[in-house]
This record gives sequence, structure tokens and C-alpha cells, in this order.
Amino acid sequence: MIRVLETPFDLNAEIAAFNARAGAAGAVVTFSGAVRGEAGERKVTGLELEHFPGVTERSISAIEKEARRRWPVTDIDIVHRIGRLAPGEPIVLVCVAAAHRREAFEAADYLMDFLKTEAMFWKKELRSDGAEWIAPRADDYKDAARWKEND
Amino acid sequence: MARLMFFGKLGDIAGARARDFPLNNVDTVSALKAAIFENDNGLGEALGDPSVRCIVNEEMTRGDAAITDDDEIAFIPPVSGG
Repeated sequence: MIRVLETPFDLNAEIAAFNARAGAAGAVVTFSGAVRGEAGERKVTGLELEHFPGVTERSISAIEKEARRRWPVTDIDIVHRIGRLAPGEPIVLVCVAAAHRREAFEAADYLMDFLKTEAMFWKKELRSDGAEWIAPRADDYKDAARWKEND
Repeated sequence: MARLMFFGKLGDIAGARARDFPLNNVDTVSALKAAIFENDNGLGEALGDPSVRCIVNEEMTRGDAAITDDDEIAFIPPVSGG
């Protein structure tokens, strides 16, 4: 299930619901990311996330589909925030269920790498010294390139 | 009138997230960028950056796509989710 939310979500409630629904598969991996309170030396006061309604959801759906093609996972939940976020607030949650841990770990890792570099979101960092649109770091692209298939 | 959309920093540069734009004789994305440049050098220059992609009617374009006045044309800078 893919959800793009304009309002805050309860991380623990989401994870509990996923486990209740999908946990019987055997292995569950969850990853959550939160807004950092600082960027280097500078204080971050918040984030603003923009999306392209419809197109963003389809871009996430394509990433999920590819993860399911690569690993025998039984269930995937992806929750991603848009709008205005405060430091400490969860921005993304990925839950993956599978029969064994390795495929659950790898699929979650894969999903995050492509949520960072291919899902249609744009992120503006609001800081005490002004605002700046953020591009993925070189390391984010390097992480995504690890999954390139040699075929 | 074509519907233009600008995402991320391009929206700030354009001063609007969306705008109607009469294409007149413009029939490709590259000609549209040139026409925008005539009106607004800063925005035209930003759209000319090779990292900016173009989505026409919710489909990613490759190369120089054909466009008409009925189209929704979105310009997107590099994405940054997660």
C-alpha cells in the first residue's frame, strides 16, 4: 500500500498495523526517516515537500513493482509525507514483509535508495539563514547505482 | 492555451506553480523553452539546465517532444524524496 500524506502520521501505529496484517510471513523490516534538526552547523527549522499528484504515486508504484520483481516479498507499505514538516517528524516509512530476513532487508534498502533518487518529490530545507531546495547527494546516486543489474 | 507547471525550485523562479501559456506557433518543448526565455530570461535559463526534465500529460518525455495547446507541460528539476 502506498500513501502520500499531507498530515503527520503515527510511526508506531503504522508499524503495529503492518505487523498485524503482514507479520505472519516471518520477517519484517521497517525503515523510517525523520527531519534532521541541523544541516552541518546550521539549524533547520523545517522542511517543505512538494509532489506532483498522480505522477508521484505512480513513480512510487513503479519502484515498488520493481522491488517485488527482484525479491519474493509478501507485503510492502510505503508512507511518504508532503507539506510542511518540523524537525523530528517522520517523513518516510518503508515496511517490507517476506519469508526470510535477507530479502526483506534488501527490498527495504532498494526501496529507500529509489525513493531518494527517483520518486517525484521536491524538498525545501527551511533554515535560520534562509531556505534551499535540496538535491540528492552524490552518495544517494551511488547507493541507487549499486542495484544496477548486469544483464 | 497550454498549461505549464513548475516544480521545486523552478516554481520559485517562475513565481507560480502553474500558468496558462498560448503556444501560438510553438510545437516542441525546445521551442517552448526558447519562447519562455523571450519573456523571462531567468526562468528560460533555469529550464535550459540539462538536469531539468519535461513531463507532458503526465508522461515523461525523451528528446524534444511535440506539444499542442491542449497539453499540460510540467518542468521538473532533480527529485529529492525520502
